Amino acid sequence: MNESLSHIFIDAFLINNFVLCVFLGMCSFLGLSAKFGTAWRMGVSVMFVITVSSVLAYGTNVILVATHTEYLRIITYIVIIAATVQLTEMFIKKTSPALFRELGVYLPLITTNCAVLAVPLFQTARNYNLVQSTVFAIAASGGYCMSLVLLSLVRERTDLSDIPSLAKGTALTLILASILSLAFMGFAGMSSGG
Amino acid sequence: MHDTSGNPFLNGLWKQNPVFVQVLGMCPTLAITNSVKNAVAMGLATTFVLVCSNGLISMVRKLVPKQVRIATYIAIIATSVTVVDYLVKAISISVYKALGAYIPLIVANCIILERAEAFAGKKPVVPSMLDGLGMGLGFAFALSCLGTIREVLGAGTFFGFSLFGPNFEPWVLFLLPPGGFISLAIWLLTFTLWRERKARIATEQAALEQARKAAALNVIAEVRS
Repeated sequence: MNESLSHIFIDAFLINNFVLCVFLGMCSFLGLSAKFGTAWRMGVSVMFVITVSSVLAYGTNVILVATHTEYLRIITYIVIIAATVQLTEMFIKKTSPALFRELGVYLPLITTNCAVLAVPLFQTARNYNLVQSTVFAIAASGGYCMSLVLLSLVRERTDLSDIPSLAKGTALTLILASILSLAFMGFAGMSSGG
Repeated sequence: MHDTSGNPFLNGLWKQNPVFVQVLGMCPTLAITNSVKNAVAMGLATTFVLVCSNGLISMVRKLVPKQVRIATYIAIIATSVTVVDYLVKAISISVYKALGAYIPLIVANCIILERAEAFAGKKPVVPSMLDGLGMGLGFAFALSCLGTIREVLGAGTFFGFSLFGPNFEPWVLFLLPPGGFISLAIWLLTFTLWRERKARIATEQAALEQARKAAALNVIAEVRS
């Protein structure tokens, strides 16, 4: 596995966008995209958690492989993520109480976001080294953040338009997501390079 | 919303269906449903995890202090998922390859933690396991619904059997990500339509009943006067 860093980045950010093409992090994608303000804050905190937990998981995996205890992988990764979320919470609380108040409710939810667990699992499955893993984590979480913001912008527009009462809520969001994902399919043509 | 009264098994299967009613566990719902076979396999794997984790959590519910319960739940769920991961690998390597990374990701499926928190953490072992079974089968049912639409339209097959003969031009879009979103939207719209219609009929009947009662009272009043 000797992929170039730029290829990893483009692949995780656009071609295999975590939300719109691989269906990860759907719950928060559908649940937290109603307002632009919460969407980008959530996106940025998920980016932070994913990047930190990806680096930590890389280190842990080295130990797991060395001691032949790969069957503990899922459990250790989920513990790492829970710890990172806790740390992020404490860090934000100390440095910026205002931001903490705004994010408060959403922070613990990051633990059960499957995009966060998927990054360490994918990087292990693809045998990325430390630099590749970090780039992959930043690109994947950046892609998550971008699609969350894109959907929230569209949803803020649809608030003002006249929609049949039947389609209001989740169904409309799903149709919007489907159109967005249709647009992202166009990037699939870029995958032959690199 | 999380009504836990009534039969726990039927509750999960239909009234509180995790996908169509509670809109939980969206990632596997959208990602794994491009064929009925994968959908059923994923549904059964999730059912197994739900039954195991609900049972275990319910057993230890009185021993775990409240502050660390979520961490304990997640550790128990992760253990069950590891078991399933190796089980599927042992049963069928082709299914394992098709489900790919989504088996370990059952840990992050919100249905499981939600059931642990809403049901298994408070109830005895047997109802908890029944609740897990009902929820899991409800999830499998929803996944098969989606898988049917996507496989029939996207590949012209059902469970791998050809349906329309060789002249059918498959609608490949339904196998791709946008098809997943749109077919879930179609199912949700159908169920909302059905439920709204049922609610409307119920209110109409109630109004009719009231009108009848009022008329009867009027008649009684007239007779008395």
